[in-house]
Amino acid sequence: MMGTLLDVENLWVKFPSRNGVFDAVRGVSFTLGRERLGIVGESGSGKSMTGRAILRLIRPPGIVEADQISLDGVDLMKLSEKDMRAVRGQKISMVMQDPKFSLNPVMTIGDQIIEAYRLHNSASKAQAYQKSLEMLEAVSIRDPERVMRAYPHEMSGGMGQRIMIAMMLIPNPEILIADEPTSALDVSVQRQVLDIMDKLVKERGMGLIFISHDLNLVADFCDRVLIMYAGRIVEVCDADKLHDAQHPYTRGLLNSLPRLDMPRERLEVLQRDPEWSVAPSVSARS
Amino acid sequence: MLEIDNLNVWFGKHRDRVDAVKGASFVIGQGESFGLVGESGSGKSTILRAITGLAPLWSGRMIVEGQLLDHQRRKTFFKTVQMVFQDPYASLHPRHSVDQVLGETLHLHGFSDIDARVVKLLDDVGLGQKFRFRYPHQLSGGQRQRVAIARALAPEPHLLLLDEPTSALDVSVQAEILNLLADLRASRGLTYLMVSHDLSVVGHMCDRLAVMKDGEIVEVLTVDALRATKASHPYSQHLLEASL
Repeated sequence: MMGTLLDVENLWVKFPSRNGVFDAVRGVSFTLGRERLGIVGESGSGKSMTGRAILRLIRPPGIVEADQISLDGVDLMKLSEKDMRAVRGQKISMVMQDPKFSLNPVMTIGDQIIEAYRLHNSASKAQAYQKSLEMLEAVSIRDPERVMRAYPHEMSGGMGQRIMIAMMLIPNPEILIADEPTSALDVSVQRQVLDIMDKLVKERGMGLIFISHDLNLVADFCDRVLIMYAGRIVEVCDADKLHDAQHPYTRGLLNSLPRLDMPRERLEVLQRDPEWSVAPSVSARS
Repeated sequence: MLEIDNLNVWFGKHRDRVDAVKGASFVIGQGESFGLVGESGSGKSTILRAITGLAPLWSGRMIVEGQLLDHQRRKTFFKTVQMVFQDPYASLHPRHSVDQVLGETLHLHGFSDIDARVVKLLDDVGLGQKFRFRYPHQLSGGQRQRVAIARALAPEPHLLLLDEPTSALDVSVQAEILNLLADLRASRGLTYLMVSHDLSVVGHMCDRLAVMKDGEIVEVLTVDALRATKASHPYSQHLLEASL
């Protein structure tokens, strides 16, 4: 792994509630280089919260605490909200799960991409239009001129997600956080979107944090995988060795998947051990 | 049990007409579990909706237990066929407790021993009595899907239509629900028609399946043939590759 882009140490996300403080993320530490890092876990394991906390997108009353979240030696925890705004998008971009909720429904796709481009670059409208066309082509959208004039509801899910990725890549960020970018898509379209992300990550030397609930997908696509349970990292492993994972939770998740090549009478049901949520988080810092 | 012959379903009319299902035909035997796979927009859910009468514009023949279906469904139809929907968050009334949901269904189907039946249904789906007076927001996704299954079982149907019953759930919960569905089929002798985009789920649950693309059934094959990668249509092979 060449160089560290992002270093997260002892990250906590807390939500005060009527029954005391709820810890959504509990002492997570990891580093990200120019690699594809997968974070897997079930709903409620804190994987999305981790992604949002890095960008400090947790709204009050939620509290983010960390020893450090450093990006190129700058501690994001110490930045003002104004400086933070320069980090979001410019340095770290985020692609959310469902394009339906991330695109503005009453603006054409073209206007949205041009707006995003001109926010980050001083360019004339004509230049921005040209650049937007190029971006759409880069994410393999056919007939980009038509797409520029279209509204989000006229797009399919796969196209919408590719448009989101195009928008996120305009400022040329160093890190892309993708939160379940393909779970709303069909399998064949999924592959397409992943290929595009893969290509862009490789060509631009970006770091990618890929958040997903799909173990097989992550094993296939990422270099390194963090497995989260109840707000902690329970296991870190190389993606190609995920199927040899040791932790009983990871094993349980793998075994509960139905598999075409290995038919079984009954699926294994995950037996949760209360120990798992108490055990300290495994560090994935290097 | 169920015979679908040259079924066409469409929405809208004249220029806006969209043909969602085109000439679909298949037969499901008593006690069989049959899968429908395909991408979103391929018309697989529309077939289920046409069977239950939720898609009013259709032509062709649909026969359930020897009864030819009319455009108007009879009351006895709903005692034979029930459906479980994809999203357990959307398919339960947010202000009705589990007891109300099941009680009302039983009442509508003319049962008198409602109290005993609610208790029995909750036990059957593995929830137990402590869930009886809870509201949907007090239940997890898996528990909600169990309630939805209990509601579908209330009128004691013979055929269950399952529309992506686990796609909104985590994999460990998916395993629980798939096991529950398999147990219920064995103990009650149910017939399943299951829609899913996940070939491995269909491979686990079903005996035979139909692959759909753009509203047409391109291939009907057994799961054994699927496992042996003997799918003959290029599209089924493509789907199979994507999910292995």
